[in-house]
Amino acid sequence: MAQDNAKLVYDRPEALVDRAHHYCPGCGHGIIHKLLAEIIDDAGIRENTIIVAPVGCSVLAYFYLNVDGCEAAHGRAPAVATGIKRVHGNSKHVLVYQGDGDLLAIGTAETIHAANRGENLTIIFVNNAIYGMTGGQMAPTSLAEQKTKTSPYGRKVADFGQPIRACEMINTLEAPVFIERCAVNSVKNILKTKKALKKAVKNQVEGRGYSFVEILSMCPTGWGIKPVDALKWVEDAMIPYYPLGNFRDR
Amino acid sequence: MSEKVLMKGNEALAEAAIIAGCRHYFAYPITPQNEIPAYMALRMPMVEGTFLQAESEIASINMVYGASAAGARVMTSSSSPGISLKQEGISYLAGAELPAVIVNMMRGGPGLGNIAGSQADYFQATKGGGHGDYHIIVLAPGNVQELADLTIRAFDLADEYRIPVMILGDGFLGQMSEPLVLPKPTGKKFDKSSWALSGAKGRDHHIVYSLRLTPEHALEELNIRLQERYAAISEKEILFDTYRADDAEFLLVAFGTSSRLCRNAVNILRKEGIKAGLFRPITLWPFPYDELEKAAEKVRMVLSVEMNAGQMIEDIRLALGKDKDIQSYGKMGGVVPEVDEIVEKVRSYGTR
Ligand SMILES: Cc1ncc(C[n+]2csc(CCOP(=O)(O)OP(=O)(O)O)c2C)c(N)n1
Repeated sequence: MAQDNAKLVYDRPEALVDRAHHYCPGCGHGIIHKLLAEIIDDAGIRENTIIVAPVGCSVLAYFYLNVDGCEAAHGRAPAVATGIKRVHGNSKHVLVYQGDGDLLAIGTAETIHAANRGENLTIIFVNNAIYGMTGGQMAPTSLAEQKTKTSPYGRKVADFGQPIRACEMINTLEAPVFIERCAVNSVKNILKTKKALKKAVKNQVEGRGYSFVEILSMCPTGWGIKPVDALKWVEDAMIPYYPLGNFRDR
Repeated sequence: MSEKVLMKGNEALAEAAIIAGCRHYFAYPITPQNEIPAYMALRMPMVEGTFLQAESEIASINMVYGASAAGARVMTSSSSPGISLKQEGISYLAGAELPAVIVNMMRGGPGLGNIAGSQADYFQATKGGGHGDYHIIVLAPGNVQELADLTIRAFDLADEYRIPVMILGDGFLGQMSEPLVLPKPTGKKFDKSSWALSGAKGRDHHIVYSLRLTPEHALEELNIRLQERYAAISEKEILFDTYRADDAEFLLVAFGTSSRLCRNAVNILRKEGIKAGLFRPITLWPFPYDELEKAAEKVRMVLSVEMNAGQMIEDIRLALGKDKDIQSYGKMGGVVPEVDEIVEKVRSYGTR
């Protein structure tokens, strides 16, 4: 019988909880959670991993990943992760998951200083150029002239400055060992993202130090466009300003 | 071991934290508590602990949150402006039911104020401080020995009730040197294995959080549980002290540094034949309402002596009601009440 010979070629990762998530259609967070779960499974570290979730759309990441989880106040995930890591040392692996408002606005100080200390952490920075959770306000990464709830005439650089490039900023510091910018708007880019995340997790497991992966991601709801158009907007609007690629790999 | 040593308040507190098993300390410098981070920077490496000077008070309280979530005994310290910055984090600790010890060596305010000792953060410490319906336990030591002893107790209380505990001292107490006998560890053990983050090995994953949006994680339920815990703490953990209060006609009420001045005032008044006494709350939250009511039963007048505009007096009024004559003597802006003035206040009242 055909069924007896059936080989399981695709399954839900053990590190992913079997429950429906709350993300909007076309949102990138779900893809990134899945990648993380696969990487955790492949590395065999599910039982030694702790995820720190930010305040933002991905605050409930700890309900979806079947690892110990910790919520952090808005912007403070790197500080919370530092506390956890200093207790457990390298016996536990701490993944820090943050949005752009979290990591680059309210939590800029925590971001810079955790990176500068070279905390042995894996930072997963989801840059969707908007504040998703609060309903689509301007983020520090919103592009020039981008229309949001709080930039209805477009982001005016004269008033709000240029969008901040996180990888380039982190790349001025001595301590980080790995810095890469990826995207999840195409299969090709998703595969590259997985590879970068894998390296960033491996670095921590091997005690090598601070790794930073920025992921350009879609927020069709916040951007007010269709999911397919959001994939294209990442390609045509975001990637030219936020070039993909590796900035450091020591 | 019961040998007396001479130590500054801030240093005695830091050593007591280490005796209590605290191996993680995160803080940002601010006067008048800088002896604590300096002591920890020196001492923690000797006991294989963590001293981390954070980028801010906000970062340090969130490091405390992370370390506590990971199951460790952890402490931070600061002074008034820095404690204001920590309030969001303290609210998160309360919401996530995490134990932690937080030291506030109060200084004069508001704003940048000054670096003299003060008691102006009484409201902030005892009435919530951050957002949401929560309390923290607030301990107010009156001398260096007690500062060290209460530090040990603070860690046990925090672990027992999974609650942040604040040691509320002031710049004078932190910087005065007094002989003390360093306390011994209590040896109490607290099992954190049902909630601490240690990796989901052979068990369901643990989550430390305070966001509650769904019926199965109802926010009201958490609040009810917290309030029940606060009721139990109020029942069991009240601490207070009295001095010559048994037959007092005039009862001074004061905590911390101002209570030391009140003791002197009581002695002077007693020499003059004026029956004065002192009631000293040690837990400011929970406040010893019933105990104060009992102590004040027969007194003619109660005088609240504080290094602020009169904050604790609101709790005194709650304890004693409208019928009692409750007077206030407060000095603000880091100014210390004068013993002579306390004496005069009582004396003039007594001969009225
Ligand atoms: C101290 C504080 N300020 C503001 C908020 C409100 N808030 C929640 S999420 C958020 C922005 C989230 O945006 P981002 O970090 O980009 O993540 P996203 O939701 O887009 O994934 C804000 C401002 C908060 N919860 N706490």
